[in-house]
Formats: sequence, structure tokens, C-alpha cells
Amino acid sequence: MKNAVGREIPEEILKATGKEPFQGNNYKNGVPFRRQGPLIRPVMDNEHSKLVKDIHEALVKCHAHSGMTVSFHHHFREGDLIVCMVMKEIQKMGLKNITLAATSLGKAHDDLVPMIEDGTITRIEASGVRGKIGRAISEGKLKGLAIMRSHGGRVRSLVTGETKVDIAFIGAPTSDDYGNLRGIGGKTNCGVLSYSHVDGDCAEYVVAITDCLVPFPNFPAHISMTKVDYVCVVDAIGIPEKIATGAAKPTTDQRKLMMAEYCTQVVVNTPYFKDGFSYQTGVGGASIASTISLTRIMKERGIKMGFGVGGLTKPMCDLLDMGMVRVLLDTQAFDLDTVSNVINPAHHRITAGAYANPFNKGAFVNRLDYVILASLEVDVHFNCNVVVGSDGVITGAQGGHPDTAQGAKCTIVICPLLQGRIPAICSEVTTVTTPGESVDIVVTDYGVAVNPNRHDLLEALQKADCVPLKTIEELRDIAYSIVGEPEPVQFGDRIVGIIEARDGTIMDVVRQVKDPDPE
Amino acid sequence: MNPNLKRLRRSMMFLNCQKPSLIKDPYVYKPDSIMLDLEDAVAEKEKDAARYSLFHALREIDYRGVERVVRINGLDTDLWREDIRCSVAGGCDAIRIPKTETPEDVRRVEEAVEAAEEEFHVEKGRTLIMAALESARGVMNAFDICKASPRLFGIALSGGDYTKDLQTTISGTGVELMGARQHMIIAARAAGVQCFDTVYTNLNDMEGFRRDVETIHMMGFDGKSIINPRQIPIVHEIFTPKPKDIIFAEKVVREIDTKKAQGIGVFTVDGKMIDIAFYDGAKRTLALARASGVYKGDL
Amino acid sequence: MEIKKAAVAGTLESSDCMVTVEPGEGEITLDLDSAVIRQYGKQIRKVIGETLKRLDVTSAKVTVVDKGALDCTIKARVECAVYRSADVRDGLPWGGVIV
Repeated sequence: MKNAVGREIPEEILKATGKEPFQGNNYKNGVPFRRQGPLIRPVMDNEHSKLVKDIHEALVKCHAHSGMTVSFHHHFREGDLIVCMVMKEIQKMGLKNITLAATSLGKAHDDLVPMIEDGTITRIEASGVRGKIGRAISEGKLKGLAIMRSHGGRVRSLVTGETKVDIAFIGAPTSDDYGNLRGIGGKTNCGVLSYSHVDGDCAEYVVAITDCLVPFPNFPAHISMTKVDYVCVVDAIGIPEKIATGAAKPTTDQRKLMMAEYCTQVVVNTPYFKDGFSYQTGVGGASIASTISLTRIMKERGIKMGFGVGGLTKPMCDLLDMGMVRVLLDTQAFDLDTVSNVINPAHHRITAGAYANPFNKGAFVNRLDYVILASLEVDVHFNCNVVVGSDGVITGAQGGHPDTAQGAKCTIVICPLLQGRIPAICSEVTTVTTPGESVDIVVTDYGVAVNPNRHDLLEALQKADCVPLKTIEELRDIAYSIVGEPEPVQFGDRIVGIIEARDGTIMDVVRQVKDPDPE
Repeated sequence: MNPNLKRLRRSMMFLNCQKPSLIKDPYVYKPDSIMLDLEDAVAEKEKDAARYSLFHALREIDYRGVERVVRINGLDTDLWREDIRCSVAGGCDAIRIPKTETPEDVRRVEEAVEAAEEEFHVEKGRTLIMAALESARGVMNAFDICKASPRLFGIALSGGDYTKDLQTTISGTGVELMGARQHMIIAARAAGVQCFDTVYTNLNDMEGFRRDVETIHMMGFDGKSIINPRQIPIVHEIFTPKPKDIIFAEKVVREIDTKKAQGIGVFTVDGKMIDIAFYDGAKRTLALARASGVYKGDL
Repeated sequence: MEIKKAAVAGTLESSDCMVTVEPGEGEITLDLDSAVIRQYGKQIRKVIGETLKRLDVTSAKVTVVDKGALDCTIKARVECAVYRSADVRDGLPWGGVIV
């Protein structure tokens, strides 16, 4: 059956998952549901200790079993040690058919591939998968399905009970012996614990893992002792220098600077750019450069930002320190400057749910004016692909892409027209992650295209005459005229993954890759 | 006369022909000219490889109106003749002669270009020439070099080799280049050709670069050789007439046109004394503004 | 042209390709490794084949490691490798069989 973005979703997948095909962004708007809660084992005995001596004991006490679901957060990014540490213990115990429900997986988790091969891990749910696991899934090594869902979509999945987490492992930079957890301090400072809040709320067992035990109470707690069953102290939960890999220096690449300038011109010449506007941007060189050049124009015109939200970087924190933004709402710290900036009283931590969950009574993303995003591919329908490489291999993560794109009034996607020989603007994206109805403007080094549904934005930019406007088809044609039209990638029949829409419907499926025919 | 002799050349960007990633789409940065380098940037053992890349780039890449100049190897090598055959066959717009010392150097290249145009059935006179002066002798011969060929559209200072020849170094202040710059711009203007400044190599000092461009702009240069696309917006900003200058030039041209008809020779525009001597300058400002894409008027 | 000895042209940098030609055994064999083989494999083989045909190379062992080069670069590297193998550096047929 074809869904609202024209993707064929096979019946067998709809049946196997009990899901519906994607029907448009607001399909579930206002549709009531009952929130699911976990089983709670009350602690009334004042002699009770939550400390366990190692991961093994934690697993035993939490009744770890084959077929269970375990969850993790990715605040330690490429420096994460927790996932592999716990999964190795699970493998050692001989448990099988585990569903790994992480907020995201990346290069830090390459060691999980043998556990996929030996059947320890048979299902994966994550924002996305970078590194060797992505390739393993695309090659069909995972027995069950990989479900890729956005940060907001993950929270929805837990609170509706679609994903039932048996044990949540929360890596905490600091914890006391009673499970008050903070994302800041300690040896492995990551600033925030936003993604884990929902695990604390919904998992049957919650285990805190820390390498820095501090005196009770570790306060104010980001995740409260009231939600934590056990506390396990280990030597190291992360590699500090690999946490802040997003700490990009301001780019000197003229192509990125040019795209940043186009992006800034788009922002300042569209109607939402006025005092109190809200803004989110990513960690790419062009996004960061764009924030810097936007700051200059905000100063010139005396315009201040109302709030900035999402994963944050130094240029956003600089805005706060200069008094150019009223509040920052932080879900993830991409660099050490951001980690240390949380001492600013207007720099607030928010949960992934408050940030982006489509199934609560309104999330921050709904109040965004602008979001600046990147994309691996954008097609002539403005659909974006941020998960699957043009060669068909899973290589990225949804993150907050679909959440913010739907929420923001003006969604701007920056991507260079060509990545090597690969055209980023194409006829059909390999896999749809964010539907074209969410995407308003595409900025490339060859020109800027406006979604024809947004004549208001198109008119504003035509009037301002500030950027080279092209249609999205023109951009694709330029790309193809330079590199040639790519052959469609050959896939096998087996479906290895699902790209889930924010509301839990199916946006697209990911098939097993096939080796190209040798001639 | 080849209409491209006087085209706009504010920014002339060097690109190493041996690097496919550099030559595949430099036009996105909108330089006025690119200088595809077969000389210093290309390693000795890759000289042949650079030519095949150059030839196919010239033939197959749509540079979208950006002028394509090829810097050939020096006339003291056994490479330059084949460089010219390859460039002309590919359809380049101009040849840049390195280390030009004398008008004879220009004429040798002119002959080779003419022969190549004939060999490859390229329209005669299509391929222009520019001469880089890289020695004290070259600079002293600037005027004669400027006059050496009707194909020659301009001369360029190459500061690195020139300062070595002077037995000094690039200081960043421009003091060591003062004489050559002044001499060359005078020679070029006297001969009616364009004049281009040397590269600025410190990419970490964008403020120093800006001062350098402001200096040579004020001296009368037509443009600057550049080594990184990041330098382009600064050059264009400085070389493109400002809106107030365009408005003033428009007024001057209009006033002179009407006052001349009325037989009035001297008058004021915006409080400034104006006479016929301002006419050509004002026309030039408007032409430059039009070529830079910031003036759409009809004067 | 006859491939008399092994020759290499190109690099492994992004947007480039490295082409090696060696004497063949009466036919052309092509070993292609490309970062974009799934999308452009056929086109790359076609360009290499046509270029060799123009140069009248009928027997060669050709190895190409491609890093996303455009067709014009692939042609340039194949031609360079072939002419290096034949030790020809001057008087090249620009616009003739090199086209």
C-alpha cells in the first residue's frame, strides 16, 4: 500500500508490526490515548541499599532474561562505553533475542556487530545507526527489524507502551547511592540527561551507571531517585574527549560560508524574523556559520531571539551570553562550551519529551519559527533522507529532524548540491525520513529552492532579491547535468528496517542491500 | 578586436589542474576568471597528467561564463609548447605566460598560440594572452611587454619571485612591492591594457588581505590574483562601485549630456564642481557596476 | 596502442580515480572499485571502455580505484596511464582520439 509520501509499504510489514502507513503530518492530531506506566516496586525500608557491585548483579536483580528489551541514551555520543559494557555482560550470560532500544547508536558501538551475528541482539530500535552496525543491518545480519524513529517519536513509543523497556541503563556523570542523577560534573560530563527522562518514567527497572559517586543528595537531580531501582559504580562510563566531537571550529570552507550566507539571508527576509523569534540549528559547519552571520544582522537590526532549542553549540551559547536570546532550552550539549554554559540561569535543560514528543499536550518544536537542518538527500517533492546513504546502506540518524521540521513555521534544509559524485538533490530520495510537507526551503551552493506550497515565503524572497532562487527541479537538473543521472540502487527483497514517522505510522521501509551486478 | 580584451577581471583565481576536486565547479564561488595552473602548483612528474585533466575540463565542464585562463609552464622549459597545444585545443580563453621578461617572450607565445589555433581549427584571435612579471627585468620592460601583442589583455605582478629577485621578502606591508605596482599600473594604462596584482598568501589574515586589496584598488589596478575562494567576496566588495558612487556617476553623465547641449562647460552635482573631464570616469564606474551586476540602468 | 609496460595515473583523493594499465593477454580486463559503484558503476565502465577503444587499446589489464570522479576525470586518467605506458609526452592528438 502506498503511503502519503508515495512509498510502497508492503502488507506483510503492516501486519507484522500492526502499524499503519503514514497518512500525513497531522493524522493523529487530537486522537486520545492512555499513557502507559511501569510496574513500581516501592522502597519503604530505610535500610534498603540500591548499590549493586557490578553490571552482572544489576542484571540478575532486574531479572534479565532472553527476549527482553534494554534501553540506553546517547549523551556520551562517540565516547559511550555503557552500551557495549552492558551488552557484553548480557552476551556472557547467554541471553538471546534482546531488543536494543537506544536513543541512538554510532561508531562507539561497532563491537555490537558480533552480538547481532550470534543472535544476542535480534531487534534494534534507535534514532538511527551509524558505523558498522548500520552496515550489518543493511546486509541483513539482524534477525528482526530495525526501527528508526525520531527523538520525539521514541518518547511517544515509550509512553504509549509500544516499546516496553524491561531495563533502562542510564549512564550518569554523577549519582548518589540513592539514584539522584545529574548530567553535569564528574569525569564524563555531558551536561544534560534529556533523552533518558522517558526511560526513567516508563521502564520496568531503572539502573543508573556512574563513574562518579557523590554524597547524597546529588541535587538538583536531573533524574530523580524516585525512578531509580539500582546504582552501579564502574571505572568509566565514557571517553570525555569523544563526547564533544561536535565542537566544530567556525568553518573556513567558502562553500559552507556561502550556503550559510544564503541561509541567513533567507531567515532575515522571511516574515518570522522579528523580535522574539525562535530558532534551532544543527552542528554542521554551514549551520554554525549561519548562526554566526545571523548574530551580526540581529545586532544591526536590534532583534533578539525569544528561545533557542535542541542540541546546542557554542555560537548559540554566545548569543545567550551576549543577551541576544532570552532562554536556551537544551536537549544535548555538542561541545564543551555548551556543557559549561549550563551554569547560565537562562540555559535550561529540557526533556526529549518536552522538546519533541508529538503525543503530549504540545512540545517545544511546535513553537519554533525557524529550524536549520541538514540532509543526505532531498528529492523534488522536498522529502528528506537523513538515515540511509545513497548507496542504500544505513548510515545516519533521524534525530530531531522530522520533529523540528514539522514543528517549525519555516524549515530550512542546507545541503551541498553534490557530495562527491552523489547528487544530494534528486528525483526520489533513497528512503524518506522527513516528509516534503514539513520542508519549506532548501539551500544549496547552487541556489535556493522554496517549496511551492509556500508561496508566502517564495514571494518574500523574490521581493527581497537576496538569494539565487531556483526551482527544486532546476537544482536536480543542474546536479544531473554535472554528475549524470544515478542508476537506482539495487535492493534485495528482505525488509531490514522501518523508518517510523513521528506518530508511529510507517514513513518508509529499508531493504537489504544487494551487491551490484559485476559485468 | 576580441571583445573579451576589456572584460571584468576583479578576481582571478588560481586552481591546480592536477586536482579534480578543485577544477570541477569553482564557478559556484563566482570569480571573474579562473587560472588553471599547469606550472608551479603541479608536481614535475604530474605535468603530463595535469594536461589531460585540463583538456577535458575545458571541453566538458560548463564554467558558466567564468573566464578560463591557463597558466603554462615557463618558456625555459620543454613543456610550454605542448601546454599551449592542449589549452588551445581545449578552447581556453587565455594563456598566462609566467616569468615574462621581454616583449619577445610574448611574441613567442603568440606564435605558438596562432599555430595551435590553426592546427585545431580554433577561431583566429580567440585565445588571449596575459603576461606575469616576476623579475626586476620584467617589471622594467613592462611597457614594451604591454605593447607586444594585440592579444595581450593585461599584465600581472607575481610578487613571490619578484621579491626574491629584488633580494627581499614579502613583508605584509606592501612596501617591497610599491615600486613594481606603481610602475606596472602606469605602464599598463599608458599601453591601454589591464593590470593585476599579486596573490596574498596568508589566509589567516583576512584583515591584512582586505587592506592589501583596498591599496591596489586605490592605485588603479583592475583586479587581483587569488588563491582561495574565501578571498573572492572581499575583492568583489571593494572593486564593485558603491550605490552612492553609482548614483553620482549617473547624475554626472546625465548632467554633462544635457549641459553640453546647452553649451555650459562647468557646473555642480551634489555640491561638487563637474566638467567634461569627469565624463569618462563616470562612464567607467557605470560600466563596472553593470559588469558586476549591481547596475541595471541604461547609461 | 599497445600497452608495453605498466603505468599508473591519478590519485586516491576525493573526486579523483587511480588508473593502472598493464600488458594484457589479448583482451581488456577491467577491475573496478568505486565509492559510487551502485549508482554509477555502469557509466564508469562505459567511459573507460570507450576511452580505451578510441586509443585503440585492445589488450590490457586495467585496474581502476574510483573516488567519485566525474567522467572527464576518468577519461583524463585513463589517457594519461595509456600514454605513459607508451612513453608519449608530446605532440598528442588533442581533439583527435583525445576528445
